Amino acid sequence: MFSGAALGAGALIVAVLFAVAVFLIVQAMPTFFAPAADITGGNGFFAYIFPIVIGTLIAAAIALLIATPIGVAVALFISHYAPRKLARGLGYVVDLLAAIPSVVYGAWGASFLASQLQVPYQWLADNLGWIPIFAGPASNTGKTILTAGIVLAVMVLPIIASMTREIFLQTPMLHQEAALALGATRWEMIRMAVLPFSRGGIISAVMLGLGRALGETMAVALVLSSGPLIASLIRSGNQTIAAEIALDFPEAFGLRMHELIAAGLVLFVITLAVNMVARWIINRHKEFSGAN
Amino acid sequence: MATLMTERKRSALTRGRLPKYTPYVVAVSAIVVAAALMSLIGFNVFGWAVLSAVLFTAANVVTSAVVEGRRKATDKLATSLVLGAFLLALLPLVSVIWTVLVNGVPGLLTPGFLTSSMNGVTGAVDNASVANGTQVLGGVYHALIGSLLITFWATLISVPVGLLTAIYLVEYSAGNKFSKAITFLVDVMTGIPSIVAGLFAAALFSMLMGPGTKTGFVAAVALSVLMIPVVVRSSEEMLKIVPNELREAAYALGVRKWRTILKVVIPTAISGIASGVTLAIARVIGETAPLLVTAGFANTINTNVFGGWMASLPTYIYAQIMNPISPSTPDPSTQRAWGAALLLIILVMLLNLGARLVARIFAPKTGR
Repeated sequence: MFSGAALGAGALIVAVLFAVAVFLIVQAMPTFFAPAADITGGNGFFAYIFPIVIGTLIAAAIALLIATPIGVAVALFISHYAPRKLARGLGYVVDLLAAIPSVVYGAWGASFLASQLQVPYQWLADNLGWIPIFAGPASNTGKTILTAGIVLAVMVLPIIASMTREIFLQTPMLHQEAALALGATRWEMIRMAVLPFSRGGIISAVMLGLGRALGETMAVALVLSSGPLIASLIRSGNQTIAAEIALDFPEAFGLRMHELIAAGLVLFVITLAVNMVARWIINRHKEFSGAN
Repeated sequence: MATLMTERKRSALTRGRLPKYTPYVVAVSAIVVAAALMSLIGFNVFGWAVLSAVLFTAANVVTSAVVEGRRKATDKLATSLVLGAFLLALLPLVSVIWTVLVNGVPGLLTPGFLTSSMNGVTGAVDNASVANGTQVLGGVYHALIGSLLITFWATLISVPVGLLTAIYLVEYSAGNKFSKAITFLVDVMTGIPSIVAGLFAAALFSMLMGPGTKTGFVAAVALSVLMIPVVVRSSEEMLKIVPNELREAAYALGVRKWRTILKVVIPTAISGIASGVTLAIARVIGETAPLLVTAGFANTINTNVFGGWMASLPTYIYAQIMNPISPSTPDPSTQRAWGAALLLIILVMLLNLGARLVARIFAPKTGR
């Protein structure tokens, strides 16, 4: 009986994930069969979803470009540079920061960061305006996709840092000591012993961070003043899938609701693909490393 | 004679090394030079700090390159960059906590904030409190109740399912194909965006109970989709590290497998399982997006999770910021939002600390 219950719980998880996919597909179906003119924008589902998919990718890309180098450096600092007593406390602090609810980061981005970034955006528009991504006129409120990307970076950073720190700490001590004994400086030791060992782990941490950044809702919903897809990062505009759902779903009914669920399905598929690639890299890495 | 002295000073071991005090000298001079430069173009503390750091790095690396050679210089550059990145990362994180504290303390300390709901608090009330300078009315009582109830029901669903799955994976499956599939799917579930989990629950209940069904229970189902994988992963890890000798000793005494699990395996692992569950609760109590699409917004106290819209702390923060009660004077709403944000962070931190405490209290007794 007990083993049956345990098996049943396992089967329930498989069923739940299956149900998530099935219900999303069933509820999204009406969107795909609706006449193109009835979809928001009036040009069919593809024309509706394409700009917000690109917006989602832009925001996630900005977040990762900022968070990856800094996150890896923070992890290196905690694992290899900080004094040991300090390192324990710092690791704990990073874990706590990963636990701060996203709505708080969103509120911080909307009320504090956006207004701080408005002056730099103005400067970018004046001096680098000839580059399409910095084309003016800069937003007066600072509530742009770049701000949203920076807030996402701040949220993803503790995740990347705490995962890569775990991996750096697993580097075989003998390799590191051997490198130091051969006269390597600390940086050379890290480059020759630590980084090659943890390359797979870093990539998978970044992929998981990417999954998080793609699906993150509140930070973007609160920070970004959305609009149609544009190339400039410092004007208000662009939108992400998750924020679109959060902003419009509470008032949606009928076809609009099915449309948003279809958008959710697209997001689900994208994050699923990203996560599967990440897991695949982790598993491949496990086979090659001699750590186990 | 003089040449002999210098020869002796430059022994092979110390040749080409900077004295130990060099970084301090460089740091002080970098700060002074930066201050001088900043006073030329208009002084501000932030620019001063950044300029000092850049000057320090450059000077340190150049002196090292000249005296000690390229390898040492690269090492110093890397050290500076790592330390700089760490400080840069601290900046926004400290700023987040500072902003919440500064803005949240007045809201949280307003009398009645924790014990009153938003029932009857209208734009006119907020306008009056700003115009007369009286305290901001309205509070988070209903949202706090909602958050606790929804999280409680989510825990009630997730813990049995998650724990039993972990038991199946560790004790019964013996690594068969089905268990590998479960492990893989649990990994995939960990990455489900929270809004998609909310959409799933909303779609499920709108098919079962009619469109537009929004109750606390729908939200609890959405949260348990996010919570189950966390519980499974942490419980699985904990069950795995229970030594096999304990199980074998129980079997040798003729104890049935299910009784062994209940009486030997789980009590040994209970500290880790309990702390894992607490961390999972801490994770879902702050989730906003799924609640937004499943529980709706409410201004009154609702203790029935099976009927009616329900407020929660995260959606309360979101609603107060996005749609202030009084659009013309949003300050009272902002104050309430930050008060609720501070309360939420305190809750999450307490749960995190609680997880550590729980792990220590329930740790298996060793010795006699």
